[in-house]
Amino acid sequence: MAHANDYMVDVAGLRKQFQVRPERWGAKPRVVHAVSEISFKLRPGVTMGIVGESGCGKSTVARLLMGLVEADGGDVRLAGQRLGYEPAQLKAVRRKVQMVFQDSFASLNPRMTVEASLMFGPVVHGVPRAEARRNAHELLARVGLEPARFAGRYPHEVSGGQRQRVNIARALALRPEVVIFDEAVSALDKSVEIQVLNLLQDLKTEFGLTYLFISHDLNVVQYISDQVLVMYLGKIVEIGPVQAVYEHPAHPYTRALLASMPSMDPRHRTLVPPIVGDPPSPIDPPSGCRFRTRCPHAATPCAEAEPMLVQTPVDGSHQAACHMLNAAPGSWQPLVPAHTTPGAMA
Amino acid sequence: MTSPSVLARVQDLTVRFRTPRGEARAVNGVDFEVGTGEVLGLIGESGCGKSVTLRALMRLLPPARTQIGGRIEVDGQDVLAMPGPALERYRGGTTAMIFQDPALALDPVYTIGQQIGEAVQRHQGGSRAEARARALQLLDQVKVPSPAARLNNYPHEMSGGMRQRAMIALALSCSPRLVLADEPTTALDATVQIQVLLIIRELQQRLGMSAIFVTHDLGVAAEVCDRIAVMYAGRIVETGRTADVLLHPQHPYTQALLASTIHGSLRGTRIEGIRGAPPDLTRLPQGCAFRDRCSRARSECGGDVPVLQPVQGGHAVACYAAR
Repeated sequence: MAHANDYMVDVAGLRKQFQVRPERWGAKPRVVHAVSEISFKLRPGVTMGIVGESGCGKSTVARLLMGLVEADGGDVRLAGQRLGYEPAQLKAVRRKVQMVFQDSFASLNPRMTVEASLMFGPVVHGVPRAEARRNAHELLARVGLEPARFAGRYPHEVSGGQRQRVNIARALALRPEVVIFDEAVSALDKSVEIQVLNLLQDLKTEFGLTYLFISHDLNVVQYISDQVLVMYLGKIVEIGPVQAVYEHPAHPYTRALLASMPSMDPRHRTLVPPIVGDPPSPIDPPSGCRFRTRCPHAATPCAEAEPMLVQTPVDGSHQAACHMLNAAPGSWQPLVPAHTTPGAMA
Repeated sequence: MTSPSVLARVQDLTVRFRTPRGEARAVNGVDFEVGTGEVLGLIGESGCGKSVTLRALMRLLPPARTQIGGRIEVDGQDVLAMPGPALERYRGGTTAMIFQDPALALDPVYTIGQQIGEAVQRHQGGSRAEARARALQLLDQVKVPSPAARLNNYPHEMSGGMRQRAMIALALSCSPRLVLADEPTTALDATVQIQVLLIIRELQQRLGMSAIFVTHDLGVAAEVCDRIAVMYAGRIVETGRTADVLLHPQHPYTQALLASTIHGSLRGTRIEGIRGAPPDLTRLPQGCAFRDRCSRARSECGGDVPVLQPVQGGHAVACYAAR
């Protein structure tokens, strides 16, 4: 099939709001602005990390791309195909896009063996059972689970790290082109997490995959991603190559987020919290710039209009949405995140 | 760091659970001391026994299924031998606990003010108005904005960070001498986590409390702990000052754990993790439990379990190969 353009993932103006029950009977319904005007493009083979705090809409983006919830507006193209919500359209898209969730146990059917879980998707999509079984065994071997030992086991009979490998194998069983990981390694122990991340890197090269990697762990996102997208209350605040964003964060929120990482070096402890307060509720977010209520640089224009994504003045390699980017050049201290301090490694 | 006085002392602690699959040996001979005003970090991966050790210190393990051995002494009291009334005074009075999930630890049908007030009245007596005034002061201390209004909030009306601050206020309500914190910031967002860590560190120093901090996050340990004990399969394999352990780890497990913790600019490099998985606690191997995953294992490792041997200045390691 000829691709309509060169992008594997092309998201334009994606929007999703959820209605919440009003506080009193008869009051105006409240609205959660989960995802507001999100646009980004990904070339084949690129890994995009999505970071942000709880309630920023990163998981809703994933669910919108999978067609698990219907968007209010905007356009999603995956592998050249437009995402629609008719059953046939959804079935076609889900062959191309698969997802791995955080909870490895909840995302597997407890009454199905590992082998049956891996065969289920392909069989639904018309692959003969014998072939589906053969593929399932190949995939199990590929993710480091010996088929003879694991194929007949039930989800509760394998460890957390092994279960997440099963989920990864299942996501690959349909030969997708895009895989979305929603906090897929967050529940794993560190020594297991790195094994799974390395596996993901290998599989990406081997199967020519494009990844969307959602995580709250900034270190993991930096390790695995090529591009990074920082979200705050449903909006993109900064987007660009991972190295540029981490080395020269332009948006005050990105700076605060990076500086909030614990230092890993007891000699250089964090002394002052980079920003105070909790992320506000995405129900009825602040007007103008949504970060202004916690922003140390907030000024009058910030309350009046929503900032657009523009090229950052520092190195021009990435984009940020902040009214104050050009306001006072040089007035900001270059904020070196404490985690870059070398020496804590053995 | 040698402290002038020892507040808590754990000697040869063992904890075993009866499970359908046999006896799980969760803690297998743990010894440590916590000085007055000192923060000890217990770090390790899931199943290493760090949370079980903490729960044993609070006597929170289910007695019917648990077999506890060894001795725990806090502020001169023998915790494991404590009868009911003394245990009630001990829990919340001498020692308080901060849990990972404040949504589960707080009672959903009482306001924050009622919950803190109840603890204060229970342990220190006084009128309801006095207890409320104390609750207000505590919320202010943990930097909850507009504390007076927050007293009347139910837990579900607060954000995760605010709930965790309220739980810290509750834990500190009766001026405990020892605070046990079980992954207190793991469920929080990054920008909130660092704020809560700084509050805990500041209050602990100002009030001169001792603390035991259980975490799997080495960065969190680096931020708050004076000393660290690394646990593996129910034993302490390395202990020492935080800087010594994190910057000059001696045990192969500590080294591997640090090496597999991703941080900083490592993109494009490949980190090799520790092969294999932690052992099954119902079937612990003979000798050193890390032996099967260790790149420096030798024949002695299958014999007697290595014991902690001093390296220097309070830094000790339990490994034959590290000597």
